[in-house]
Amino acid sequence: MSIDPSYYLALAGLMFAIGVVGTLTRRNAIVIFMFIELMLNAVNLIFVTFARMWGNVDGQVLVFFVLVVAAAEAVVGLAIILVIARRRETSNVDDISMLKW
Amino acid sequence: MTELPWLDVVIFAPLAVALALGFVPKGRVETLRTAALGGALFVFALSIGMLVSFDAGEAGFQLGTSLSWIPEWGIGYVVGVDGVSLWMIMLTAFLTPLSVLASWSIVERVKPFFIFMLVLESALIGVFAALDMFLFYLFWEASLVPMYFLIGIWGYEKRIYAAMKFFLFTLAGSLLMLAAIIFLYFSAAGEPTFDYQSLLGTPLTLGTQRLLFLAFFAAFAVKVPLVPLHTWLPDAHTEAPTAGSVMLAAVLLKLGAYGLIRFAIPLFPDAAREMTPLIMTLAIIGILYGALVALVQKDLKRLIAYSSVAHLGFVVLGIFVGSIEGMSGGILQMLNHGLSTGALFMLVGALYDRRHTRLIADFGGLAKSVPVMAGVFLLVALSSLGLPALNGFVGEFLILLGMYTRYSWWVIPAAFGIVLAAVYLLWAYQRVFHGEPATKENRGLSDLGMREIAMLAPVVALIVTIGVYPKPFLDRINPSAEQLVTRMRRCSVDGTTGASIPEACGGGAGAGNVAEAP
Amino acid sequence: MKAFDPVLAPYIVALPLIGALGLLLLGRRLRAVAGLVASATVGVGFVLGVIVLVQMLGVTEKGGHGREAVVRVWEWISAGSFSVNVDLLVDPLSMVMVLVVTGVGTLIHVYSIGYMHDDPRYSRFFGYMNLFVASMLLLVLADNLLLLYVGWEGVGLCSYLLIGFWFERRAAAGAAKKAFIVNRVGDFSFLIGIFVLSVTVSSLTVSSINEAAGGMTAGIATTAALLLFGGATGKSAQIPLYVWLPDAMEGPTPVSALIHAATMVTAGVYMVARFSPVFEASGGLALGVVAWIGALTALWAALMAAAEYDIKRVLAYSTISQLGYMFLALGVRAYSIAIFHLVTHAFFKALMFLGAGSIMHSLDGEVDMRNMSGLRKVMPITAFTFMTGWLAISGIIPFSGFFSKDAILASAWHQGRYALWAIGAGTALLTAFYMSRLYFRIFEGDLKVPEGVHVHESPPSMVGALIPLGVLSVVGGVINLPGLLTLDHFLEPVVGESEVPSGFTPWILGAIALLAGIAGIAFARTLYLLPGGATRRAALCERFKTPVDAARNKFWVDEIYGRGIVLPGKAFASFCANVIDARLVDGAVNGGGRVVAGAGWLFRRAQSGYVRSYALTFLFGVVVIFSLLVFRVAL
Repeated sequence: MSIDPSYYLALAGLMFAIGVVGTLTRRNAIVIFMFIELMLNAVNLIFVTFARMWGNVDGQVLVFFVLVVAAAEAVVGLAIILVIARRRETSNVDDISMLKW
Repeated sequence: MTELPWLDVVIFAPLAVALALGFVPKGRVETLRTAALGGALFVFALSIGMLVSFDAGEAGFQLGTSLSWIPEWGIGYVVGVDGVSLWMIMLTAFLTPLSVLASWSIVERVKPFFIFMLVLESALIGVFAALDMFLFYLFWEASLVPMYFLIGIWGYEKRIYAAMKFFLFTLAGSLLMLAAIIFLYFSAAGEPTFDYQSLLGTPLTLGTQRLLFLAFFAAFAVKVPLVPLHTWLPDAHTEAPTAGSVMLAAVLLKLGAYGLIRFAIPLFPDAAREMTPLIMTLAIIGILYGALVALVQKDLKRLIAYSSVAHLGFVVLGIFVGSIEGMSGGILQMLNHGLSTGALFMLVGALYDRRHTRLIADFGGLAKSVPVMAGVFLLVALSSLGLPALNGFVGEFLILLGMYTRYSWWVIPAAFGIVLAAVYLLWAYQRVFHGEPATKENRGLSDLGMREIAMLAPVVALIVTIGVYPKPFLDRINPSAEQLVTRMRRCSVDGTTGASIPEACGGGAGAGNVAEAP
Repeated sequence: MKAFDPVLAPYIVALPLIGALGLLLLGRRLRAVAGLVASATVGVGFVLGVIVLVQMLGVTEKGGHGREAVVRVWEWISAGSFSVNVDLLVDPLSMVMVLVVTGVGTLIHVYSIGYMHDDPRYSRFFGYMNLFVASMLLLVLADNLLLLYVGWEGVGLCSYLLIGFWFERRAAAGAAKKAFIVNRVGDFSFLIGIFVLSVTVSSLTVSSINEAAGGMTAGIATTAALLLFGGATGKSAQIPLYVWLPDAMEGPTPVSALIHAATMVTAGVYMVARFSPVFEASGGLALGVVAWIGALTALWAALMAAAEYDIKRVLAYSTISQLGYMFLALGVRAYSIAIFHLVTHAFFKALMFLGAGSIMHSLDGEVDMRNMSGLRKVMPITAFTFMTGWLAISGIIPFSGFFSKDAILASAWHQGRYALWAIGAGTALLTAFYMSRLYFRIFEGDLKVPEGVHVHESPPSMVGALIPLGVLSVVGGVINLPGLLTLDHFLEPVVGESEVPSGFTPWILGAIALLAGIAGIAFARTLYLLPGGATRRAALCERFKTPVDAARNKFWVDEIYGRGIVLPGKAFASFCANVIDARLVDGAVNGGGRVVAGAGWLFRRAQSGYVRSYALTFLFGVVVIFSLLVFRVAL
């Protein structure tokens, strides 16, 4: 038995929307980070869905790329957040806008 | 035994010397100077080798090398010299050691200074030698960077403003040129290519030619500079250290004129012909305007800078009049202007080293305290104002003669510039050197030392030589000039697209006496 | 018969040139011998000139043809179809000039040894003088117009250097610059004339230009001739460009004698004579202009000379006036007569300048004739030689000036130019008057000198130069005495024969010229020599107050040029520099910069630094692009 792909896509869209809203509204860097991961996973889900739909592994392969990138990003991002938290004792993104001109 | 690839060696030798300088510890100022001087002299010796193996009778490119560099995009390392670029390269190689000599008074950050000088030399020679549009653009922009730093770091009070202005003016022009080069790349006749000699055959409609010509012209007109794009020049010349002023005036300005000769005109001859009256008007305005503005300058360096505007006006006239005499004269005048204005800047630099001022009003009566310097200054000034038997006259005369053969009435305002040149130069000379020395500082100056004589004597010798016996120079210029003029005056657009092309196309009415040239 | 081949000609030019280079480069080390070396190079040049002349006279082809030769020295400029070479043309005309330049030049060099003896820049002076002689010789020997132009500018340069020789003096430096710039204005015209001829004839050699002149249209010939003449008005100090010559008297006196009397200023006369076929081809217009400018300049300058007190300036105005005579002669087609007057004038005017120098040497540089009188008693040789010059220029028979001036007036009459003749004759009277005034005030009457001056006759090297020039001033006229040696005949192959009236007329004309001279002298005598002269003078000045004032102020010409040309020119230049360049052009540039900076300031606001606002913008962009894509698909 198979479930209609549209359910998966709807779920992915929902996840993505939550991710966007969360990224835009939250101020804690770590939480924002988690929402970004959520968006990435929404995309992964879409890839997998379509791969399955077309009976083609390209989508599956791309998911691996996304996972690797997400992992790398998490490493670098968390490291930066950690350093900032140590130096400035905050993880509120509004407080760390010192890169602006 | 095979001949040394002179040209390639001359292009890259300064870079190698600069690299070697990098290994000298920065505290050893004396070593740095000597090494820079030695290296520059070595490059000059190599360029003599190039001059010797140059065949005077040949009009086309010689001593060339052609290597594939990025074949996917049709980019190659293609270099070669003809009668135009030969003298420009010689001029660069000749003046660099002299500029190094003129920089003995640089005491701060000596090492990067000389490295920049040598990198600049390499880039300039590269510009003159490049026969691949991409390579040309690369060298063209590369020459900007060391100059920017030379002005910005070692200049006088307003150096940052001047360096910025210089950079922005030139960059604005050259970006237009880059766009045009890319367009040209895609419209090449066969495979897209950056190769100059293949691009010469590119079929272009008159409308396209016009746009592309204007884009190239923008880049070159800024460098020349033509009025009203000239205001970067007095600032840059005035604020640059002596060596920088010398290289700017003597060589960098020539990039513009050279670009017009090498690229703007041969690639788009019809558009060039069409715009000749406009450009000649600008050039004549430049001659008169530059002279007038020079007249009332209070700063000696600014005065010389404005005189460059006037002189380069003559060069542009010579290039555009479309006669062999004018073209040869224009090319020779590029060399002449480099020598005499270079020498003038060296002399003003020597004055600055002694008095720490460039204001004319601060001087006076110097002929009494520094007679040798006064004599050399006068000779160079006379060469600059076109006294016969000195170099400036030969060039100016040929330009005006070439002009008269084709645009008789235009010669009157242009020749009047020669009168004005006498006025501003002699007036300045009188205020600086004549009269009784008014202040104590002016009375106690020391005359030219051995180093300064060593740097001025070769220039003076050349000034006199070209004036008295210009044959060896003209012999190498003439064939190329003839080829350029022939190309400029031939119609390359077919009759249907070029409805309003003056002369040359069609009946050849008004083609004058040069059209018969082989 | 052997062809005429003057191989020595290049050495005549080369010798002084080498001398000049040596003296200028080695400078003080040669001080002891500088004067001798310089004099020797010019003197040997004179000897070489005489040898060439003898060779030339040896050629006795019919009509004096075959007496010209071109000596190639090297190839000079060639580009396109244009080419000129360094070629020297040796023919009767150039040889006359060579002999005058080297002959008078040698004497003046010798004179300078004494005159400049104490100057700290002694060797440099002789270096410049030698350079001048070399340039002048190049000018007269040049076989093409461009090489002539080189000499032309070369003498101008030397004139600049020598007028400004005592550059510590403001006036000298200013006068030097003025001379160069005014000459440049003339040269501008000359240069364009060269272009016209170069393009019309497509060669610049003397022979080809003169041959082609016959075939030119009157318009072209007139244009070319007038442009060349424009150059001559600068170099030979004619209206309207004569203003530099009186100021040029700031230079050392031997310079005034050599450059501003005997040689350089006559270059214009030489040039017009050299290219006389071009002037002829213009159908009278160009020659008419030459004649009238010459006549008017002669009169104009003579008026100013009569009101001047500075000895050297009187002589300068007199030179301008005499040059006017030469142009008058050229304008009435009496080319050889013009050259004749050039030669005699070189003798007597150089003599008088050197005499003036001798006075200055003796009176510590005093030049105001009001501060001296009766010098004949203490400076007999100077006085006596000066007298020969005075009588020569006044046109008293048998002094040289009489013959040449009379010949000019006779030619004018013969051509039917009676108005020109009348101006010339009137000027002759005026000339005799002002020169007598000069002579009487300085040498006659009771001895009077400025205080504290020890008057003495000048050293031998100076008077030694005066005596030969005095002799030449007396007998110089014989070179064109009909039946004896005739300069006229010698120059005929080059400039054609001058037509002289025959029969009884020349005798009457000669008598009138002589009478004019005598009348002028007599008039001066009543005013300056006879008792009661001072009161008569005062009365005369009172009666003709306005014209006398005008002449004393040099007719305000310098002021008119200053206010009419120099000031507006400077004002316009300042306007260009301070308004157009600084405000308009640079204003646009800096304005452009400000616009960019302002825009940057505006857009910078978008960079808030809040990641969320960036992300929102990003999202917005994605939505826009996405909807655009969808929209297009739907389309």
